[in-house]
Amino acid sequence: MVLPATPDMPDADDAILRVERLSKYYPVSRGFFQRRHLLLHAVDDASFEVRRGEVSGLVGESGCGKTTTGRLIARLILPTAGRIFVDNADVSKIQGSDLVEFRQKVQMIFQDPYESLDPRMTIFDIVTEPLNVNGIGNLEEREERVAEMLSLVGITPPSAFLFRFPHELSGGQRQRVAIARALVVNPTFVVADEPTSMLDVSIRTGVMKLLAQLREDLGISYLYITHDLAVARYLCDRIAVMYLGKIVEMGTAEEIVKEPLHPYTRALISAVPVPDPAIRRPVPNIKGGLSKPINPLPRCRFYERCPDARGVCADQNHPELKEVSGGRFVACHVL
Amino acid sequence: MWKIRWKLTVRGLAQNWAVFRESRVGMLGVVIILLFGVFGALWPIMINTVWDPLVYHPVVGFDPMVLHPSPPTRAHLLGTDPIGRDILAQLMFSTGREFLLGVLSALITVVIGTVIGTVAAYYGGFTDTFFMRVADIMMLFPFIPLLVVVGSMVRLTFFPFAMILGVLGGFGGITIILKAQALSVKVRPYIDAARVAGGSSFHIIRAHIIPNVLPLSFLYMMFNVTSAILSEATLSFFGVLNIDMSWGMMIHTADVAGYLFDFGKYWWLWLPSGVAITLFCAAFYMVGRGLDEVVNPRLRKR
Amino acid sequence: MDTLLKLDDFTMHYRTKAGWVQAVDGVTLSLARGQALGLVGESGCGKTSVAMSIMKLLPYNSKVVRGRILFEDRDIYSMSDEEVRRMRWKGIAMIFQAAMNSLNPVYRVGNQIVEAIVTHEPETSEREARERVASLFELVGIPKERVDHYPHEYSGGMKQRAVIAMALACNPKLVIADEPTTALDVIVQDKILREIDQIRRKINMSMIYISHDVSVIAEVSDVVAVMYAGKLVEMGPADNVFKKPRHPYTCGLMMAYPSILGDKHELATIPGEPPNLLDPPAGCRFHPRCDRASVECREADPVWRAVAEGHYTACHNPVEITGTWSEAVKALNGGERLGASSNA
Repeated sequence: MVLPATPDMPDADDAILRVERLSKYYPVSRGFFQRRHLLLHAVDDASFEVRRGEVSGLVGESGCGKTTTGRLIARLILPTAGRIFVDNADVSKIQGSDLVEFRQKVQMIFQDPYESLDPRMTIFDIVTEPLNVNGIGNLEEREERVAEMLSLVGITPPSAFLFRFPHELSGGQRQRVAIARALVVNPTFVVADEPTSMLDVSIRTGVMKLLAQLREDLGISYLYITHDLAVARYLCDRIAVMYLGKIVEMGTAEEIVKEPLHPYTRALISAVPVPDPAIRRPVPNIKGGLSKPINPLPRCRFYERCPDARGVCADQNHPELKEVSGGRFVACHVL
Repeated sequence: MWKIRWKLTVRGLAQNWAVFRESRVGMLGVVIILLFGVFGALWPIMINTVWDPLVYHPVVGFDPMVLHPSPPTRAHLLGTDPIGRDILAQLMFSTGREFLLGVLSALITVVIGTVIGTVAAYYGGFTDTFFMRVADIMMLFPFIPLLVVVGSMVRLTFFPFAMILGVLGGFGGITIILKAQALSVKVRPYIDAARVAGGSSFHIIRAHIIPNVLPLSFLYMMFNVTSAILSEATLSFFGVLNIDMSWGMMIHTADVAGYLFDFGKYWWLWLPSGVAITLFCAAFYMVGRGLDEVVNPRLRKR
Repeated sequence: MDTLLKLDDFTMHYRTKAGWVQAVDGVTLSLARGQALGLVGESGCGKTSVAMSIMKLLPYNSKVVRGRILFEDRDIYSMSDEEVRRMRWKGIAMIFQAAMNSLNPVYRVGNQIVEAIVTHEPETSEREARERVASLFELVGIPKERVDHYPHEYSGGMKQRAVIAMALACNPKLVIADEPTTALDVIVQDKILREIDQIRRKINMSMIYISHDVSVIAEVSDVVAVMYAGKLVEMGPADNVFKKPRHPYTCGLMMAYPSILGDKHELATIPGEPPNLLDPPAGCRFHPRCDRASVECREADPVWRAVAEGHYTACHNPVEITGTWSEAVKALNGGERLGASSNA
């Protein structure tokens, strides 16, 4: 069976994923009689990178564009502008046999384990699908590979599960099957879109640990998309915080959690509930509610909600990400 | 491997059967269909053993011993028609052909509808618009008058008629329904997962969308049997079809001989075939209703 | 203390094709006026069934096997339909899970609440009801001009507020909030929880919060009850339960939650999966997943007993935590680390 070799161990500054000024706009129509054609800036001029062997977190509230970013990277959709490089190959330009290779290199794990497995397929068919469509191995080899993957993700004994249907499995087991499907072609990079948010706590930790373990054993790099900063802190080396299509802050996980710089990150962190009744958290310092970035004004995206907003924030365009210290980026006029 | 798959298929069918059995309407439909099956299967046996083909042949038979139309007698259990043919034999002979016609045309309808529906849903754009407009035209066009016109232009014999009925149905409303279902399948995350795995459009349609649309197709097939039989009966009644014998034809025969005006007196001329059409159509409809609960788990009572 | 609601050995089962599901088994708890109770547990543990039992909104295939529910000292299950109707809304109101979808999309939000008031308090005129809606909207923080908008014009958080306003419409003595903020983003969740808490204190209302999220419960409850597989496993004042949890399941649940504060600690996993309530394990229902399980746990159902003032648990080998919880966390997990090579 021809599978891509297990990637070499991480090389410190080598980026497996590089995203450059990535944008994705969606047209939206408003009004019935007078149609106005507007653009929803789902992802707007985002740049970041994921280093080989690292787990990078993309954190934000629902509708901030984090899932769109993940789908762009997995080439489920094509960008409006900007470029994505995986292993120095431009994702939107990949074609033909390179695309086949790309599909094996980059995999995705989806949020809802109840929806991401075809209800009419057996576990065997689901996990072999990537091998099947890429024509890897014969039936025997595939069987062997599937059994190996299932035991790797903790579905044991594999033979007891091969010919079951997804609805016969629990949520945690399904998500493990989904992980096995993603890993069966030995990917080097995995986009994990909220893989644990639908799972119960006692199950969730197991899946999180599995992902961490797989990264150790197989040297896989992840982009971990989540709304939960506490989860991101536990799983990720570095975190990028997204707000209305813009990346507002980047840094190591501990830096972001311990000393958030951007006012939005600060509010987000102070809003996370803590399991200790003795701690009275301060009220998050943020105004108003979340809006949609439809034809946004040329000013800081966070202006309306920012407690520190000044004139410069409204007068100038959305601030660029600036490196404030080594590897630490913030997009704010005031800082 | 194949053994395991076979077992899984059997188990799946058994589970669906268990759900289906809960539905009284559906089971009643199955029983009626089975009875019709037995009834239709009796014809070749009867004609080869008990009945004299010269007297009882449904199309060319003639009984010289009685006046026609004869009311039910011991010799002709359901009487004879105005040109001396045995009604029971006609009824039995037609049953098998109604089955063939209904199932064949419904099958054609559903195959076309499923393929077009999924393709239109998956690709969208021009393909989608084109087939949806075709479907709109099919639905707006009065179906029966259209067939009357077609029937007057060409000799509509049995198989061409089944084909035409099937094809016209396939491009009509069913594509819209199956497209809607395919659309709801298309946006499921497992379709994305298949694309990330590297699956081609053909693979996704074949391996994911069609299998998930198929139960609904099967359900609509039942309803299409009903509509095919009804169309046949109507067209036969108008005498447009060039088929030897059918339930609709039986009523047509009574009509052209002028016996339908004396409605109650010559009841055996129209009642048996009328009842057969009604029951047969109702049976497939009821099976469809029963299948509805298998296909749409939300309708199930817990 | 003045008891408002009391569950006494309440046991309720569902009949399914496969057999009886033991959804709620022997739940005993009481709630004082003005108190907030947090009911924590994972999906399928029976916490929503408890809420539905209190509201007497059980489906037809359910059966109360034993026990009682007393609301203001009256047994809910011996009330007439008329009395139950009066008790709902005016006595007990509920904020349902996915409440945002419980607004009717074709009616104006204000009208829906007015209608609810007029239906349940026939003596109230429509004008009075309108005035009350206006003050309710002010209470939950929706701008007044939004009264005549349709639900689709509201954001998620706003719908949630409207649903809360609706629950408060008839001045209930007790509000049950089933996962009131689960579908919301953290910042909105924080606001809504703060608002509910303020309102509760202001009008001295009792609350039952139901959530799978330990931290949400920790922030808003006076008393915490932890449910596992249809049974209460631990109950007590929030401070006690979260500082010195006694039941291994409570410990596991808390350790499984990553925290944003303090040092990064190892997360605990509870092995296995929750049991099938058609045929729960004998003895303690948690024993197959418990690292403290002994022979006794496998055989005998643990007794619900007090371990401290107002702090109850059902466990044969309760956890003893000496010192602070964070020290205990450190002590409990040596060894492996999650997300290892990071944060050097």
